Amino acid sequence: MYTLDSKIPEGPLEQKWTKYRSTVPLVNPANKRNLEIIVVGSGLAGSSAAATLAELGYKVKVFCFQDSPRRAHSIAAQGGINAAKNYQNDGDSVYRLFYDTIKGGDYRAREANVYRLAEVSTQIIDQCVAQGVPFAREYGGMLSNRSFGGTQVQRTFYAAGQTGQQLLLGAYSALQRQVGMGNVKMYARHEMMDVVIIDGKCRGIIARDLVTGKLERHFGHAVLLCSGGYGNVFYLSTNAMGSNVSAIWKAYKKGAFFGNPCFTQIHPTCIPVSGDHQSKLTLMSESLRNDGRIWVPLKKDDNRHPNDIPEDERDYYLERRYPAFGNLVPRDVASRAAKERCDAGYGVGASKMAVYLDYSSAFERYGKIEANKRNLHNPDKETILNLGREVVKEKYGNLFDMYKQITGEDPYYVPMRIYPAVHYTMGGLWVDYNLMTTVPGLYALGEANFSDHGANRLGASALMQGLADGYFVIPYTIGAYLSTEIRTKPIPTDHPAFADAENNVSNHIQKLLNIKGTKSVDHFHKRLGKIMWDKCGMARNEQGLKWAIDEIKKLKEEFYRDLRVPGTANELNPELEKAGRVADFIELGELMCIDALHRNESCGGHFREEYQTPDGEALRDDENFMYVAAWQYNPDGNPILHKEPLIYENIKIAQRSYK
Amino acid sequence: MAGNMNITLKVWRQKNSKEKGYFETHLLKNISPDMSFLEMFDVLNEQLISEGKEPIAFDHDCREGICGMCSMYINGRPHGPNRGVTTCQLHMRSFKDGDTIVVEPWRAKAFPVIKDLVVDRSAFDRIMAAGGFISVNTGNAQDGNAIPISKEIADKAFAAATCIGCGACVAACKNASAMLFVAAKVTQLSLLPQGMPERKRRVENMVAQMDAEGFGACTNTGACSAECPKEISLATIATLNREYYLAKLTSENV
Ligand SMILES: Cc1cc2nc3c(=O)[nH]c(=O)nc-3n(C[C@H](O)[C@H](O)[C@H](O)COP(=O)(O)OP(=O)(O)OC[C@H]3O[C@@H](n4cnc5c(N)ncnc54)[C@H](O)[C@@H]3O)c2cc1C
Ligand code: SF4
Ligand code: FES
Repeated sequence: MYTLDSKIPEGPLEQKWTKYRSTVPLVNPANKRNLEIIVVGSGLAGSSAAATLAELGYKVKVFCFQDSPRRAHSIAAQGGINAAKNYQNDGDSVYRLFYDTIKGGDYRAREANVYRLAEVSTQIIDQCVAQGVPFAREYGGMLSNRSFGGTQVQRTFYAAGQTGQQLLLGAYSALQRQVGMGNVKMYARHEMMDVVIIDGKCRGIIARDLVTGKLERHFGHAVLLCSGGYGNVFYLSTNAMGSNVSAIWKAYKKGAFFGNPCFTQIHPTCIPVSGDHQSKLTLMSESLRNDGRIWVPLKKDDNRHPNDIPEDERDYYLERRYPAFGNLVPRDVASRAAKERCDAGYGVGASKMAVYLDYSSAFERYGKIEANKRNLHNPDKETILNLGREVVKEKYGNLFDMYKQITGEDPYYVPMRIYPAVHYTMGGLWVDYNLMTTVPGLYALGEANFSDHGANRLGASALMQGLADGYFVIPYTIGAYLSTEIRTKPIPTDHPAFADAENNVSNHIQKLLNIKGTKSVDHFHKRLGKIMWDKCGMARNEQGLKWAIDEIKKLKEEFYRDLRVPGTANELNPELEKAGRVADFIELGELMCIDALHRNESCGGHFREEYQTPDGEALRDDENFMYVAAWQYNPDGNPILHKEPLIYENIKIAQRSYK
Repeated sequence: MAGNMNITLKVWRQKNSKEKGYFETHLLKNISPDMSFLEMFDVLNEQLISEGKEPIAFDHDCREGICGMCSMYINGRPHGPNRGVTTCQLHMRSFKDGDTIVVEPWRAKAFPVIKDLVVDRSAFDRIMAAGGFISVNTGNAQDGNAIPISKEIADKAFAAATCIGCGACVAACKNASAMLFVAAKVTQLSLLPQGMPERKRRVENMVAQMDAEGFGACTNTGACSAECPKEISLATIATLNREYYLAKLTSENV
C-alpha cells in the first residue's frame, strides 16, 4: 500500500523553513536555461510563480483560458490579504497568524505548511508594495489595516474592495515584464486538456487553442497546476463563469491524489438568488462585517420594511450567540447561523432566504467622528448619517455600488439582504511540503491544491496563500526535483505518450459532439448544482449523501445520452468548452459526496447533521478523523482512500470556540 | 422567475475573422427586469440551442464588473447606456418593454473580431509587456512601510489602477485610440516613488508599442472617459502627455 510522504523537514517548527530553504538543492544558472516549466493558470498563484521562475532563469510557458492572463479569477477578490506585520502593534505575530489559521481550519491543516505560510506573509506585502500595488494608506503615509473574521487583530491589507485586482495586476505586470523579455511564452485562450506522464513523471500537457480548436502538445520538465478552485460544481457560486476543476481532475485521473474534496467554503455574505435565470452569485466582502451588523426580525414572518422595525424587535443573532467575536466569527459559523435563522422562519425578503446586513449604526458612528473632525457642533441626525455614508463610501464604495446594480436597492438607505453562497474550495490536489502532487514533476499551487486552510479558510488568507506559493515557496522547493532533472533533454512531442494523450482528448471531444441529444450543457450543470447544494452543501447527512451519489450516477448516464453541443471542434466553441468542464464536474461531484459520506464528523465547513453539539456547533472526532483524506483514482471502481495523519506538536487541540 | 418584458435583439454575427458579418434579429419574451444583460444572452442562447442553431459567442467571465472580459457595444455605446458599469453589470431594468437593442462587438483595427461578439484584445497585453511594470525581482523588496506614501497620492494611484483593461475606451473613440488605457497605467506608476527610476523608459516604450499596434491618435474628444466603466479620469491623459514630452525632451533613447 502506498504511503503518503509529506516530506516535512525535521527540526523545530520555527526553523523548518529557514533551514530547509538554505539546504534545498540548487540548480545552477546555466542549467536553469535548459529546464522548461509549464504553468497552467495565471491567477495569483500562476502569475507569481511564472514571473519568479522566469526571473530565476527557467524557460516558462503559461496557459490560461481567458483572453488575457490579467482576467484570472483572482482579479475578483475583494476584501484583503493577511500578513503578520504587526504594524498596528496589536499583538500580532507569525505564531498568532499560524495559530488563528490552524484553529480557523478546525484543526485539519498541516502545522509545518501553515507556519511557513505565516512566515512568508510579511514578504508578500513588501514585494507587492515594491511592484507599485496601491494598498490603502493612512494620512501619515503608512499602510492601513482592517479586521477579518476569526481573528482579534487587524492584519488585513487592502485596496478598497478591489484587493485581488490590485494584487493580480501587480503579479501580471511582473509576468508581462518576463513575457517582454522573452523568458515567458504566454498562451492565452488556451485550455489544458490533459497532463502527459512518461515513465511515472509528468512531462507536459495537451492544450487546446480555444480560437482554432487545434490540439497542441507541450513538453515541460515540470508542470505547475495553478488552475484555481472548483466551487462551480454547485453551478451557482461566487466564482467566475469559467472557473473549473478540469485541469486538476485530469491530473487526478492520471494518478495525482485528491485531498479533502468535500471541504467547501460557503460564504455568509452574498447577494441572495433572485430567480431561475441567475447565472452566478455575487459576494459582498467579509470586510463588510467589520462595520456592518447582521440581524433578522425577532418575530417570525415579519413583513415590515426593515427601517420600520425598531431596535428592540431585532435579533442580532451573531452578537447574541458569539459575544467574543460577534459579527466577526469565521465564515462557516456565520453561514450556519444564517441558515438556522432562515430555516426557523425568521428570514427576510421575498424568498425569506436572507438576513440583513445593516450599516446604519456604522453611518452614525463614523458620522459623529467626522463631525467632530470638522468641528460641526450639534449637527442633525441626517447630517451625521450623510457624513458617515461618505466615510463608508471610501472604504467599501465599489461593493455598495455593486449591490445597488444587482438588486436595484440602495444600501446606503436600506439594509442589504444577504445569504450564504458557495465561495471557495479548501480541497484540491494533495501536495507535499514542496507543493508536489503524488505524481513526480506535477505540482499544484493556490486554490488548486488541498491547501493550508484545513476544513475552513479564514478570510483574506487565499490571496496570501496563492502569492506565498508562487513568489516564495515554489521557487525554492522546485529545486529539490529539478536538480535531479538537469540531464533530462526535452522530450520530443512525437513521443507515443504525447500522441496517446492527444488521441484521448480528441476522442473525448468527438464523443461530446456526437451525442447530439436534446439538452444543453447548462441544463445538466444546473441539475448537478442543485443536487450538490441540497445534499453536499451547508448541511450534510448520510442518507442525503447516499441519495446524491445515486442521482449523480444517473445524471452522468443521461449527460452522455442526451447532451447537445452545437458547432464543431475546429472553432471557437464556448458550448464545447463548457461541456468538457461539466463532464468533469459531474465526476467530481460524486467524489465530493463520497468524501463527505466517509467523514463521520463535523469540522469547519463540513457539517454532518448527525455530529453536532447540543447548541448546534460542529462536533469533531479527532480520535478517528484527524487526517487528510487523499483519494486515489481507480478506473475499475470506487476511489481508494489514503490517510495522511495530522500531528499537532505545537498547538493544543481544543473545541473551537468563538463565544 | 419569468418576467414580462419583450425585447427585440439585433445582434452581430460573424463566423470568424475572415468571413463577413451581418445582423441577426431575435425576439425574446418574458424577460425579467432583474436579469443581467448577459443572463438575457444566456436565455437567448438556450433558445438557439434548443432550436438546433448556433449560440452567439461573447466574452465574459467574472460577471461582476472586474475582470474586464465582457465587451458588448450596445445601442451605439460600449457597455450600454449606464455610466460606470460593465456589460455584465447592466440589468434589464435599464430597458423598457418593447425595446429594440442593437448589440455589436468592439470595433477597432487593433481589436480584430474573432467570432460574433468576441474580439482579440491581446494588443493591450503587448503594451503592458513593453513597459507597464516596475522592474523588481521577487525578493528584492524593502519593508512595505519604508517609504511613506501620502494617502492622497495612494488614493490617486489606486483610482488610476482600477482600469480593467476592457477596451471600452478604444471602442468609444472615433479614432480607436488606446490613450486612456495607457494613461491609466502610466499615471499609477508615475505617481508612486517606486515607479520613478523607470519613469521615462516606461512611457516611451508603452506609447511606441501602442502606436505599433495600430491604435489611432488622441484628439481629446473625451468619449473614452465618458464610457469607461471604471470612470478613469481624462486627467490621466494629460499626465500621460506630460510624462511623454518630459521623457522625449530628456530622453536617453535617441
Ligand atoms: C468573489 C471572490 C472574492 C474573494 N475575495 C478574497 C479576499 O478578499 N481575500 C482572499 O484572501 N481571498 C479571496 N477570495 C479567494 C481568492 O480570490 C482565490 O482563492 C484565489 O484568488 C485563487 O487564486 P489562484 O491563482 O489559485 O486561481 P485563479 O485566480 O482562479 O486562477 C486560475 C487560473 O487558471 C486558469 N485555468 C483554469 N483551468 C484551466 C485549464 N484547464 N487550462 C488553462 N488554464 C486554466 C485560469 O485561466 C486562470 O488563469 C475571493 C474569491 C472570490 C470568488
Ligand atoms: S481605461 Fe476604462 S475603458 Fe479603457 S480599458 Fe481601462 S477600464 Fe476599460
Ligand atoms: S464579465 Fe468580468 S467584467 Fe464583465
